[in-house]
Formats: sequence, structure tokens, C-alpha cells
Amino acid sequence: MGLRVIEVNHLTKLFGNAVAVNDISFSVEEGEILGFLGPNGAGKTTLIQLLLGLITATAGEIKILGIDLIKDREAILSQVNFSSSYVSMPTSLTLWENLSVFAKLYGIKNHEGKIDSLLTLFEINHLKDSLTRNLSSGQQTRLSLAKALLNSPKILFLDEPTASLDPDIADKTRTLLKSIRNKSRTTILYTSHNMKEMQEISDRIVFLDQGEIIACGTPNEIIQNFEEENLEDVFLKIARRKVENIE
Amino acid sequence: MSLVRIIALIQRHLYLYQRSLPRIMEIFFWPLMDLLVWGFITVYFQRFNIGLPRFVSFFLGALIFWDILYRAQQGISISFLEEVWSKNLLNLFVSPMRPCEFLAALMTISVGKMLTAGAASALLAWIFYSFNIFLVGISLIPFVFNLLVMGWAIGIISMSAILRYGQEAEVLAWGLGFLIQPFAAVFYPVSILPIFVQPIARMIPASYVFEGMRAVLETGAIPYESLMKAAFLNGIYLALAIRFFYYNLRIVKEKGLLLHRGTE
Repeated sequence: MGLRVIEVNHLTKLFGNAVAVNDISFSVEEGEILGFLGPNGAGKTTLIQLLLGLITATAGEIKILGIDLIKDREAILSQVNFSSSYVSMPTSLTLWENLSVFAKLYGIKNHEGKIDSLLTLFEINHLKDSLTRNLSSGQQTRLSLAKALLNSPKILFLDEPTASLDPDIADKTRTLLKSIRNKSRTTILYTSHNMKEMQEISDRIVFLDQGEIIACGTPNEIIQNFEEENLEDVFLKIARRKVENIE
Repeated sequence: MSLVRIIALIQRHLYLYQRSLPRIMEIFFWPLMDLLVWGFITVYFQRFNIGLPRFVSFFLGALIFWDILYRAQQGISISFLEEVWSKNLLNLFVSPMRPCEFLAALMTISVGKMLTAGAASALLAWIFYSFNIFLVGISLIPFVFNLLVMGWAIGIISMSAILRYGQEAEVLAWGLGFLIQPFAAVFYPVSILPIFVQPIARMIPASYVFEGMRAVLETGAIPYESLMKAAFLNGIYLALAIRFFYYNLRIVKEKGLLLHRGTE
């Protein structure tokens, strides 16, 4: 068994009377790619925000890299990073300026070489002096991913990172993320609505519904448990069962 | 507290201003308009010999000092709004940046904006009306410092409200300062106000600064007691404003609103 880098115990989050996350426990090992799946409102984004300390938990414990999130959030945040297709970077700054600002925020020394190599890796080095507002949405996503890799994070939180990428760049991004995981044992937590992508990239999947874990295992284990042919069918089965229950 | 992270946050705003003509213009536009419109009205009134000594000096001094206060406040609230508008707030709050570093950076940006706008106003007043703000002498430093700290307090309060209630509270970034202006003795002494309003004016640090400025221009004597009172009140208000910011940050995290503020 590998080193546990994330340990979540009995985590609960209530917004008033609404239960967003209901007494969930799980752990993630070093170098693992864990996918969060579930219908809209299942609690995926809330869970990622809880793990990043952007939302305060109602109950339960989160330990990341052995550190209690409540006790020393800054120590954790310097070793992890985050990218979401719903979050932008200042559009009036050039790519290089944006990455330079974040490199300093993450305390990266001699960051020029690191920025150049990341821009090259994401095939946007030729745009480094362009204003961010002039980038296509796919290029902006790649910039956001470059920002997320600036501090060579031990854990990477990715919220629908390929949502606005064309199939070619999305495929390259997945390959790249796998290669980063293989090279530096980076743990990746991933959300996406692209079932094929989740099946392809995830070592393990946590299936959430109404704030609870309803299934957890490798993609194949989950498909077999639900007696379906692929993850998309599992997803539809859960989502439609919910609709039938409501009706 | 990390100085490197504070510098990084300041640098982000310097990058923004170095190529944004509208943002640079915004710093100079209102001081220029205020000085031109109110300055010429003041000169016009002066021709009727209304019997108030140093009328032009009082008015121009008040305009420059008010702009210093207003720019100090906007240095905080508008800089914060820049992060909201660019949907960059989440990127900042998932970085190792501490809230106190964020506040320190915004306060430094506020000093820069205030000095730029104040210098521009002083220069324009000298060019158009031969008014020299440096006539107030060495007391200019405690006057400006008090206005700066009061501007910080108002800026932090409006920023906290925007953090909590979202962009619908955005109007506070422009309006909160003006809510205080009628009671802050900017253009007239506190004694002009109705008796029941005067205690409110005495609770506003800026009222001591503006009355002090008029005293210096009139008699040359520095009103140390007034400055001390202003500094004392400013210390209390700044501490309360910072506490208000941390309180709202806690509430926003409990209610899960940071994502909305970062993406709305």
C-alpha cells in the first residue's frame, strides 16, 4: 500500500438544512489519479473546495500530506495546486506576467526557466507576451494548467480541466497528466463529465450522489458492480434512478 | 507574512496599470474635474467678496484632502474588485497567500494611488489657482497619514461587504466614502452642522483633519490635539475594519460563497 496523501474522515457539510456532503470518508494514495463522478449537485465541487479549505466543514477531519487542514492550511497550499475551467487568470496581463506573479506567490525561486518549460510543454510558448484576453478558451485552459504545475505540486486538484479543449489538446493534456504522475508521483484529483475521459485517466473513481459516496473502486469494478458496459451507462442508471424516485 | 508574496500581488496591479490607459485616466480624471469645476466656482464666489478669509485656499485644500481620502479607499476596494472582475479570486485563495498579505498588498497599492492622485491634484491646484498645499507645512504628513488610514478602513469595509454579498454590493466601492462626506467637515466647520449631528462628526477622524487644515491655513498653528484624536479614532476603526474582513471571510467560507465570488 502506498503513502496516504489525503485522508478524509466522516466529512460533513451542511448549508443551512441542506446536506451537501454527508459523512464521507476516503483516502488517496501518492501517485494515484482519483476521479470524482456524479450528477450535478452531487457534491463534487463542494468536496474539492472542502479539500482546498475554501469551504469550512461542518464536521469531520481532513488531513493532506499528513497535515491537518484546519491547523496549517498555508503549509498544505504551498504543496498543492488547482485548476478549473471556470476560473480565469487576469486577462489584462500577458501569459508570462500571470505565471510570474503566481510563481512568486508559490515562492518559486528562479522561476523564469520553469515558466518557459511549462509554456513549451503546453505549446503556448509563442504566446508568452500576448495578453491573456486574446487567448482562445482552450489556450486559457492550458495557461491555467501551466499555473497549476508551477510549484511542482504533490497533489493536483483539477475541476473539469478539459471542458473547453478540443479533442486533440484534451487527449494531449490527459497524456501529459499521466506522464507527470508517472514521473513525479503527483496525486491527481479530477472531476469531469466526460465519462470516457474518466474511464481512461482514473485509477479509481469515487461516485457521489446527493453528498454521499455510492460507489468507489477502479472504473472496471464500478462498471461490473452496476452490471453495465461502461461508465456512461452507470452514470445514466444512477441519474435516471434518481428521477424515477422523484416521480 | 511573506514580503515576496506581497510584492507579487502589488506587481500584478502594476502590470495592470502600466498598459491600461482608462485605469490611469481614472486616477487623474476626477481630481481634475473636481478642481476645475469647484475651483472656478470658488474663484467666482471670491469675486463677490463673501467676507470669508482664505475662502479659495480652504476650498482647494479640502478638495485635495478629500481626494486623498477617496483614492486611499478606492486603492483597496477597486483593487479587490479587479480580482473579482477577472475571476482570479479563487486562484489567489488556493495559493499559499495569507489574508493578511492580501490586505498588506492592497494597503500598499492604496498608498501608491493616493500619492499619485494627491500629487496630481496639488500640481493642478498650483497651476490653475496658484494654491500651494505645502503651505500647511510639516503638518501635511500627519494630515495625509490620518486620511490614508481612514481611507483604508472604509476600503476594507466596502471590500468585506463585496466579499460577503457579491457584486450587488459593488456600489459601496464608490459610494461609501460619500456617505460620510456630509458629516466629515470637508468644506465647512463642524459647528455649521445641526447640534444633534455634531456628535456624529466628532466620531469621524477626517473631521479633525479638515478642521485642522483650516486652522493651519488660518493661523499657522498645528492642532496637535485634533490630530491625536483623529489618530486614536483611526486606530480603532482600522482594527474594527480588519476584524470585519476576517469575520466576513469566515462567513463566506462557511456558506461556500467564495466560488460564487470567484466566478460570478
